[in-house]
Amino acid sequence: MKVLVPVKRVVDYNVKVRVNSDGTGVDIANVKMSMNPFDEIAVEEAVRLKEKGVVTEVIAVSCGVDKCQETLRTAMAIGADRGILVETDAELQPLAVAKLLKALVDKEQPGLIILGKQAIDDDSNQTGQMLAALCDLPQATFASKVEVAGDKVSVTREVDGGLETVQLSLPAVVTTDLRLNEPRYVTLPNIMKAKKKQLDTVKPADLGVDVAPRIKTLKVSEPPKRSAGIKVPDVATLVDKLKNEAKVI
Amino acid sequence: MTALVIAEHDNASLKGATLNTVTAAKACGGDVHVLVAGEGAAAAAQAAAQIAGVSKVIHADGASLKDGLAENVAAQVLAIAGNYSHILFPATAGGKNVAPRVAAKLDVAQISEITKVDSADTFERPIYAGNAIATVQSADAVKVITVRTTGFDAAAATGGSAAVESVAAVADSGKSSFAGREVTKSDRPELTAAKIIVSGGRALGSAEKFNEVMTPLADKLGAAIGASRAAVDAGYAPNDLQVGQTGKIVAPQLYIAAGISGAIQHLAGMKDSKVIVAINKDPEAPIFSVADYGLEADLFAAVPELVKAL
Repeated sequence: MKVLVPVKRVVDYNVKVRVNSDGTGVDIANVKMSMNPFDEIAVEEAVRLKEKGVVTEVIAVSCGVDKCQETLRTAMAIGADRGILVETDAELQPLAVAKLLKALVDKEQPGLIILGKQAIDDDSNQTGQMLAALCDLPQATFASKVEVAGDKVSVTREVDGGLETVQLSLPAVVTTDLRLNEPRYVTLPNIMKAKKKQLDTVKPADLGVDVAPRIKTLKVSEPPKRSAGIKVPDVATLVDKLKNEAKVI
Repeated sequence: MTALVIAEHDNASLKGATLNTVTAAKACGGDVHVLVAGEGAAAAAQAAAQIAGVSKVIHADGASLKDGLAENVAAQVLAIAGNYSHILFPATAGGKNVAPRVAAKLDVAQISEITKVDSADTFERPIYAGNAIATVQSADAVKVITVRTTGFDAAAATGGSAAVESVAAVADSGKSSFAGREVTKSDRPELTAAKIIVSGGRALGSAEKFNEVMTPLADKLGAAIGASRAAVDAGYAPNDLQVGQTGKIVAPQLYIAAGISGAIQHLAGMKDSKVIVAINKDPEAPIFSVADYGLEADLFAAVPELVKAL
């Protein structure tokens, strides 16, 4: 069984982004870029399934600019067998990415597609569910445990108020939550090995997908600033302030 | 122009997030209908009919809808989607699970986690963990939206008298099944609906200490308990207590953060709280930069003292 793992290149999670001066977006020039953390968890899970012998091949996919090759090399350093870059300079929104991925699912016929539940740049939380719908596949989002048994996968999901478990027929789509696993550190020998792995490039037009954005960003602005308040010297002052100044207790 | 709100419920009762979503739907400009899809959910449908401003409730009842499986709920929404200009889900685990399926099937974009409706096609939503606010305009005929509940006031739960129309439940997809649920049992208010939240971080050091220190404070204030990602990852608190960019987004009247340093991902989940109190022994902790009242102290001494003083 093959596993397809889509990965996104995003601003590193440690970077505090700033809105650019003309209010059209955030400043990402000279900012560190990394693989979306949830996608790293997805790659790790796929590689673990391969190490358990459940999966035969892990294919990483990235959609976007030429530099996404670096993200694919990271996925291959974690253990993905090969990479596919769907290369475009166009702005890609989740529906377009889901359509590109569907075209690759039709071609590669994976038994499982594992994605991060959301990207930390646009915070959309859509692509996995959209892909599942377009392919008419069952889905399990926000996974904290994935167990493949025969032609089924059992997934424990993090939901409001606790956990729930669903069972899906394969092929299926799974999106990862934070506690599914802890991705391994990539080692230098594995980075070197990853450089030799197969990386194919296709264009959206090759896949017959129209990626034109459906949503227009009119402006991007700073959120209202919250100013720091005061330091209180002791608990008694704190209680007094909460009762008599803030009046919240 | 009519908006459809997908109700959040547990079959027995309607969840509060539905009320905030109704407010967002009203702001889109037209009539508001509510879909209650479940099994044995007549009481929830009746409750939805009482919400002020709702003109019709559509109640789909059947075994396929009992456990909120995304495949079936999405199919139920799609069965009636043609009548609507806007389809709004609360941005809860359930809403976020289903909404993109509906959008993709309709071949429209989804607008996630809106915090404001500017007009029928223009919305505001936070991006980059709330470090920027994007104003976006949708060119699609149908707007599929998830609503960040902290961005909208709750609609009045009573005062309405909408008609309840029953529709047939969709057939089961046959591709997924529900296997079980572990619900965290608690008498406390729900995290996303609580007026006061006391939240603990990694500094608590263990699950035992987390309970020992945070529970009496929550009891005293009638508060919900939250936690930072670090505390959840370390196993001090269950996952559904996580407050932050990828956990729960909360905006209570009072948020007390004890032993939480204040990573941007955590701040993204609580910085819209009305009053923030930070208790931390590190004077440089970033949490102090958003706190209305900062107490530089060891939480193991300060929190019990606070419990006594309240």
